[in-house]
Amino acid sequence: MNALVVSLRRDLLLAARRRTEVLTALFFFVVVASLFPLGVGPETALLRRIGPGVLWVAALLATLLGLPRMFAADHADGTLEQMALSSQPFALQMAGKVAAHWLLCGLPLVLLAPLLGLQFGLDGEALAVLMLSLLIGTPLMSLLGAIGAALTVGVRGGGVLLALLVLPLFIPALVFGAGAVDAHGAGLGAGGHLSVLGAMLAVAVFFAPWATTASLRIAME
Amino acid sequence: MKPLNLFRFASPATFYPLAGRLQPWFGALALLLALAGLGIGFLVAPTDAQQGEGYRIIFVHVPASWTAMLVYCAMAFWAAVGLAFNIRLASMMASALAPTGAMFALLSLLTGALWGKPMWGAWWVWDARLTSTLILFFLYLGFIALQSAIDDPRRADKAGAVLALVGVVNVPIIYFSVRWWNTLHQGASVSLAKSPAMAQTMLWAMLLVALAFWMYSIAVALARVRNLILERERHTEWVQHAMA
Amino acid sequence: MQWHSVSEFVAMGGYGFYVWGSVGACALAMLVEPWLLRRRHRQLVRGLRRPLRAARLAAATVLIRRHAA
Repeated sequence: MNALVVSLRRDLLLAARRRTEVLTALFFFVVVASLFPLGVGPETALLRRIGPGVLWVAALLATLLGLPRMFAADHADGTLEQMALSSQPFALQMAGKVAAHWLLCGLPLVLLAPLLGLQFGLDGEALAVLMLSLLIGTPLMSLLGAIGAALTVGVRGGGVLLALLVLPLFIPALVFGAGAVDAHGAGLGAGGHLSVLGAMLAVAVFFAPWATTASLRIAME
Repeated sequence: MKPLNLFRFASPATFYPLAGRLQPWFGALALLLALAGLGIGFLVAPTDAQQGEGYRIIFVHVPASWTAMLVYCAMAFWAAVGLAFNIRLASMMASALAPTGAMFALLSLLTGALWGKPMWGAWWVWDARLTSTLILFFLYLGFIALQSAIDDPRRADKAGAVLALVGVVNVPIIYFSVRWWNTLHQGASVSLAKSPAMAQTMLWAMLLVALAFWMYSIAVALARVRNLILERERHTEWVQHAMA
Repeated sequence: MQWHSVSEFVAMGGYGFYVWGSVGACALAMLVEPWLLRRRHRQLVRGLRRPLRAARLAAATVLIRRHAA
């Protein structure tokens, strides 16, 4: 556990020194979400329908932006190898990095979403469900995204390649996350969707770090 | 009789000539099965009550979908073998399968569109199966893109393997999610799953064409893996000897 | 068999374009792919044979010169 906390605190400290990078991803989220009304027109009913989906997609893309940063710097200067060789469990150190990514890129999205949701005319309860779905979904995306980031660390054209690799994997989260808000709106209750999302998160917590560390070891050979 | 040591064929030097000998047989088999399947499908199978003659597209559409799925599983299998046992040839086989699988996914989408347009009036419908095939196509592209972006062949092999394994685990999850999404948003959308009631002949035709596609995929994969072997093993003595 | 003429078969009850388009696309793909692979194979073999041929030619030249001398 200590290894995780140490790694987490280190990444948070490093990010604090480069605050603009973190904020850029957040602004991206806001800008992308604002593009859709500009693209489809300001009609309230339409926006209310597409709101949850649009915000979820914007969250996916914003998460994607922050992923390369997870391993790139440490891979480049050799810190990653030191972490792998150290006596601390590599998987836990990497879990710390994933947690840091979520705190920096995921959680702020969860907090910003209600504000943007108002732009789409979503009511209070819908906003609450949206927040909850993103609260479960963003850690899931950080975990899955870490695998992609690990596979493409140090590779040419890594950022775009990462998007191609990881977006298909995000689709189930998108379907159930945005679907939760829709289901709530339809009066069916979001419980089912959120449970499935939660189950996916639980599975990812167990398997994603393993795949991530395996990928990192391959990258460092 | 000596027990067959399969690991002998894990050597590119032994596999290269074997693949060359097997290739034409699989190709011939593919052709025969295709003729049989299409023959039954177009000459024997009856007209469908609802969809008229247009339904006959399923005799290539459904086999293409099945093949795209099967090839992905085969690809993931060989990638896993290559990763677990550190057998280069297995990884090469996985890489050899990918483009063919992607091609069949694309054919599935194309034939699906050609089926959808006359039947449902739209070139594309967000039917659960078509959407899942689209995502499968993206997974193939990701695998191919990742391997071509990495210069070191062994790293490319292993990274691709991890991606293929993550993908193969996700395919059922993705399929389930898309099914769920589709039924939830049913409304005016129609489902290509409303295939005509399967007469025996129709089923046979589909199965035969599917087998034909699988035999074709094997033949093509063998050809491609031979090319990969030549590329990657060009500096070895046996290649120099074989080319003389 | 329910086809009474070749033109009926081709027309496919009005769906000819879609049905034959689909079958045609598959057939085309399954001809182009092997052709591309064969072409690549020939390129590779040619590329690998060239240095060998060059070496053999150089060795033969040496032998001829030696005999002539």
